[in-house]
Amino acid sequence: MRIAIVDESASRAAVIHEGLAALNDCEIFVVTERSGLVKRIGEIAPDIVLIDLGNPSRDMLEEYFAVTRALARPIAMFVDESDDEAIAASIDAGVSSYVIDGLAPHRIRPILDLAVRRFNAFTRLQADLAEAQGKLAERECIDRAKRILMDSRRMSEPEAYAELRKTAMNQGRRIGEIAEAVVTAHKLMGGA
Amino acid sequence: MMAELTIGFLPLVDACLPILAREHGFAEAEGISLRLLKDMSWATVLDRLLYGHSDAAHMVAPLAIAATLGRGRPAQPLSVPFVLGLNGNAITLRPELADQVCPKGQLGDPREVGASLLKVATARAQQGRPLRFGVVHRYSSHNYMLRYWLAASGIRPDHDVEIVTIAPPFCTDALDAGEVDGICVGEPWNSVAVERGAGRIVLVTAQVWRRGVEKVLALREPVLEARHEEVEALVRALIATARHFVDPENWDTNAAILARPEYLDGSAELIRRAIADRLLLAQGEEPIHFPDFMFQYREAANFPWVSQAEWLYTQMVRWDGGGFVAADAAKAARVFRPDVYRSALLGTAEPLPGASSKVEGSLGGPTVVGTQQGLITMERNAFFDGRVFDPADLPGYLASLP
Repeated sequence: MRIAIVDESASRAAVIHEGLAALNDCEIFVVTERSGLVKRIGEIAPDIVLIDLGNPSRDMLEEYFAVTRALARPIAMFVDESDDEAIAASIDAGVSSYVIDGLAPHRIRPILDLAVRRFNAFTRLQADLAEAQGKLAERECIDRAKRILMDSRRMSEPEAYAELRKTAMNQGRRIGEIAEAVVTAHKLMGGA
Repeated sequence: MMAELTIGFLPLVDACLPILAREHGFAEAEGISLRLLKDMSWATVLDRLLYGHSDAAHMVAPLAIAATLGRGRPAQPLSVPFVLGLNGNAITLRPELADQVCPKGQLGDPREVGASLLKVATARAQQGRPLRFGVVHRYSSHNYMLRYWLAASGIRPDHDVEIVTIAPPFCTDALDAGEVDGICVGEPWNSVAVERGAGRIVLVTAQVWRRGVEKVLALREPVLEARHEEVEALVRALIATARHFVDPENWDTNAAILARPEYLDGSAELIRRAIADRLLLAQGEEPIHFPDFMFQYREAANFPWVSQAEWLYTQMVRWDGGGFVAADAAKAARVFRPDVYRSALLGTAEPLPGASSKVEGSLGGPTVVGTQQGLITMERNAFFDGRVFDPADLPGYLASLP
């Protein structure tokens, strides 16, 4: 079984690759380059192609499949028509797949399920990372706002923090938002 | 609580109506709230529509028919209650090829450019280096318009020239790198190619067929039936947006909105060219005015004529092979839903045609047509080779084509 993973995100492709490596009798090829994609797929001659849903090259790839179908190598989108649930899960996860027609469903499903799980895991990782970065940025912003209050209103650090927290509670907003407003206002007033 | 509709789209100028219906509050005025979902390929727009991520989609017209007939995907019937616009595409060639086949400083004449291109294409095919054109999708009006023009000019697509699929954002690079000699694509991508000096616009698709159907609003048929009232509200919102769109007063604002990162993420100046029908054909020239370039609102442009769907089906048969199948033709005809357009606009000030189908390409000049309400004067709607499409005889039409 030859599997091609097409993804412009090399890190996600690596995550998928690693997930599929556990499977028996599967040869896995990763394509992250946009240029020459179709030629590369032709060389690989895969039984299954996994490609991220947002990939701008999908129309080009589908055209290639349509043309090779004329050469009697039919390709079915996903598994088959009866497998709506699996298709919906993969679309939700953000992965699309092309499978050579005639490949037994029991060989395809484990691969698709793994790919979907891996895609979801990668999305969660990214979300966690974004959240962590957001928290870090918020932390920095609050520190800067405290510093501004300490300098301009001669407060101690605990007083400055208490002031931010009180304002946030009064206005029903997050402390990070108040800190951001303080920093923005300070910039507008010509502060550094 | 407003009904929410999610609409998938590709970042092209002709996604303007759903975007502006949301931004100008025309949707809200009809009691619906629109969420726009941007993607980078038609494959993904279609997948999201078929599997319920979106309720409706901005779509190349032939793709709605292909999906209904199960070409490239398990068959799922789609419905088109509204045409998002006519034409708006151009044929852009690498500058050195353009210089061989088209006079500078103007759009070419499709017959003359075709005749000159035939010579170049023949020579290149004999050298074993056939000309290669890029279109955005196998099931796109771009593909059908380009092929119609080539074939009528004596150039056999897939024999004398190659036609490949390229995503619109990559068209300029492909021209630049010499991967293709010409592209048929929607705006702003021709203008981007001109801006970068990678190409020169030689024809617009409105010259091939003056009233060619381009993008449609597509929904899954069961969704349309289940949410009939919301779809009718959406049709009313879109027609109000179209009326607003053709008013020159609004061009600057609309170009600026469409240019935003969440929509086309491009240059307002380039986007305005398509909106105003004023195209810059080549670097260093003055823009030209071509009034029919991207045809919107006038002459019931947004009405889904059944004959348009049938014409698209004939082209699908023509270029996909597989022969004419009467049952498929009937399925394709049913994709376009003038009944929904009518029920949405009945009793409003919008004119409604009396018929749901017409002989395409038969009008030579302004003609007053029969209506259900209001007045409609149709202008010339010719194909460049003078052929006429009569939906009463699809096999006969197919047999008459080169």
